[in-house]
Amino acid sequence: MVLPVAFFALFFAWPVTAIVTRGLRADGTWRLGRIADVVTQPDIQHVLWFTTWQALASTALTLLLALPAAYVFARLDFPGRQLLRAVVTIPFVLPTVVAGTAFLALVGHNGLLDQLWGVRLDTTVWAILLAHVFFNYAVVVRTVGGLWAQLDPRQEEAARMLGVSPLTAWRKVTLPALAPAVAAAALMVFLFTFTSFGVVQILGGPTFATVEVEIYRQTSEIFDLSTAAVLTLVQFVAVGAILAVHAWTLRRRETALRLVDASVTARRPRGAAQWALLVGVLATVGLLLVLPLAVLVQRSLDAPGFGYYRALTDPDGGTLLVAPVHAVWTSLEYALAATVIAVLIGGFAAAALARRDAGRLVRGFDALLMLPLGVSAVTVGFGFLIALDRPPLDLRQSWILVPLAQALVGAPFVVRTMLPVLRAVDERLREAAAVLGASPWRVWREVDLPMVRRALLVAAGFAFAVSLGEFGATVFIARSDNPTLPVAVARLLSRPGELNYGQAMALSTILMVVCAVALLILERLRTDRTGEF
Amino acid sequence: MHTKNLVAVTVGLGLVALPALTACGSTDAKKSADSKTVTLVSHASWSVSKNVIKDFEKQSGYRVRVLRDGDAGQAVNKAILTKDHPQGDVFFGVDNTLLSRALDNGLFQPYQAKGSDLVLPEYRVDQGKHRVTPIDTGDICVNYDKAYFSKHKLTPPQSFADLAKPEYKNLLVTENAATSSPGLGFLLGSAAKFGDQGWPDYWKKLKANGVKVVDGWEQAYYQEFSGSSEGKKAGGDRPLVVSYASSPPAEVIFAKKRPSTAPTGVAYGTCFRQTEYAGLLSNATNTKGGKAFLDFLLTKEFQEDMPLKMFVYPVRKGAQVPPDFTKYGPPAKDPETMSPGSIATHRDQWVKSWTSLILK
Repeated sequence: MVLPVAFFALFFAWPVTAIVTRGLRADGTWRLGRIADVVTQPDIQHVLWFTTWQALASTALTLLLALPAAYVFARLDFPGRQLLRAVVTIPFVLPTVVAGTAFLALVGHNGLLDQLWGVRLDTTVWAILLAHVFFNYAVVVRTVGGLWAQLDPRQEEAARMLGVSPLTAWRKVTLPALAPAVAAAALMVFLFTFTSFGVVQILGGPTFATVEVEIYRQTSEIFDLSTAAVLTLVQFVAVGAILAVHAWTLRRRETALRLVDASVTARRPRGAAQWALLVGVLATVGLLLVLPLAVLVQRSLDAPGFGYYRALTDPDGGTLLVAPVHAVWTSLEYALAATVIAVLIGGFAAAALARRDAGRLVRGFDALLMLPLGVSAVTVGFGFLIALDRPPLDLRQSWILVPLAQALVGAPFVVRTMLPVLRAVDERLREAAAVLGASPWRVWREVDLPMVRRALLVAAGFAFAVSLGEFGATVFIARSDNPTLPVAVARLLSRPGELNYGQAMALSTILMVVCAVALLILERLRTDRTGEF
Repeated sequence: MHTKNLVAVTVGLGLVALPALTACGSTDAKKSADSKTVTLVSHASWSVSKNVIKDFEKQSGYRVRVLRDGDAGQAVNKAILTKDHPQGDVFFGVDNTLLSRALDNGLFQPYQAKGSDLVLPEYRVDQGKHRVTPIDTGDICVNYDKAYFSKHKLTPPQSFADLAKPEYKNLLVTENAATSSPGLGFLLGSAAKFGDQGWPDYWKKLKANGVKVVDGWEQAYYQEFSGSSEGKKAGGDRPLVVSYASSPPAEVIFAKKRPSTAPTGVAYGTCFRQTEYAGLLSNATNTKGGKAFLDFLLTKEFQEDMPLKMFVYPVRKGAQVPPDFTKYGPPAKDPETMSPGSIATHRDQWVKSWTSLILK
């Protein structure tokens, strides 16, 4: 418990407090009046309103499109199901610059739709909403679908034997069991879209801004630190509220359900309705998820003889100071370090949270651990710059800064994956081992480790993929001579010229393939699907 | 209770490991703090010929390390945030539109660079204190696509007032004044032209005339503008763009096949003059090296290297500009200007009003 608390205090709470304080304190006095000033400004209210309604709309749209997929992945057995499950998860771990660019290539100026039918969606809110579905589809499929696959289908069948219609049976039996998972997934999607940064920044143009984008503009461009600080607090409160409701739905989900092995619930599709559903879901996945990724690959190959890929090894990087391919290694190294930190921190946090005698305080920490997912990466990045700037903790020039920031984002995923498994370990086993004279270390090695090893690997894999794709905080603290993959992509994209664009596409494709491989390995390892991701 | 022991053990391990990790980093920090290295903090557009920087390293004995940080505005803001423990010794790239922010926040310490007496008088500022040294200058002007105007038998616009005329409806793309430095320069140019009272009316007319606003220069110039080679490929359909007077020579110099004339032209009546400064950062660790580097920025060698590397003009008297440069894109003869003091007084309010007027 001490280690995760210390870690979050040092690398999250302190930097964030430092940057907020900087904004709200002038000449030694607090200027809390600024809070009322800022939130009553029409421009800011406009931002708050847009942030809320687009998040609601994105969540609704994501549920609408992804719930059928959750059913299909849970209950229908078809060839390529495992592969497709991994494919729909790729967007979730892709950096937003890459996805934003893919979407621009699809719906933007001179994009695919523009060339075919003269349809342009960039700078409309539709591009933002569709991109949000693209990113969060997997959250619903994995959270709801994971549970759905383990619900005993015989309960619903029993209800139908008693004469109710299929719809009523579903409504009375399955829906209540799924509701908490749907609520949890919806809240996660709401959280991610409420704090959306890259998507809105790239696809929204100057007219649309979420709170997160506005914090970035106020800090980084307008340099109005007090407005940024107030907005950070507003977002903090909103995210805290979302997480509190989320924790509540999680606890409700822990009510006993009759769960069965997921492998026995799926069947080959039968009847026109199931086939139609399967085809519909596959079409949606194809159009909305696979097509943008395919456009990316196609653009990366748009030079003869893999020209863009070969250009990546050019030692005179021009824009980047190093050969772009260097970014691949940098990213892998950072992600590895971040994974180690995230697994350490998240693992200990999960171990502490899983104890039956864990008090309220510890449980509250559960929600706190999720906060980095919802707090502005910009705030964290700037906070790092001004808080960790003097010895013995002058980390600004150090490479470890980037993995630390990435671990903040990775740790919540580790906790969420490990916690259900650790809670399932029978405490009596540990006690029995201890009574028989085993040391704590031995107890852990002989009892806990074998049970959590798989979950640990899955958690590590997820933390790794998330770290690889992390962009928001990394972009502020990565050194210019050592860019990570997503940062290199963003830099290349901001430079003119076909070659830079093509190299950005090639790097994005490489990143996508690495993420896909990591996720496919996870799919093979994964047995327990009660975890959230 | 067993887990507690386990946690204690690991915290111990963690506490051992953490300093070890930070130690890896601090070797880097030491590198920057040593007196043999001078660290330059700048924006993404910083560029210099390799042999020029090597000459400086050879003559001065310092090794130059460069930290490039996003666009100009971001780089300035980040430098201000970290000024108590700066990331380097010298900052290059604060322009006249943001100069007051840097000076008011105490970003720089005074140093009169060698050669500052050779800087053309119109670029000198902060004379009493010498906290910043002017390094380069350029004009933000509307560029036009020559092919479009000859094809439509239309005279290209020449002045701010022209841009609001009906024959140029839906032709102009500009940048967000809140987030982009040419966008802000264009706003300031219009304010210099029409005054504090007049500019909002002018922008209302531009809005009615279909001006398009995008977030950054890259998007405006390479996606929307029909005159740049990338814009052509991207299907850009706006023949007027807010860019620089030096953009036409860039189109010639970087063309695959060099054209005999530039494909784009400059509307010289729409220009606003921008000057970029460098300064010695307050609390710099290597002030001696920083001073030497500032001197270097004013040498003839560096000043003459800038035009083809960063597409700006030198500020040093007698520094030669490459012939391509003067041929395809001479600087404006009579650009709009504004004193840094006047910019400081009005900038934030103007940007705010502009945002509500144009974007909301």
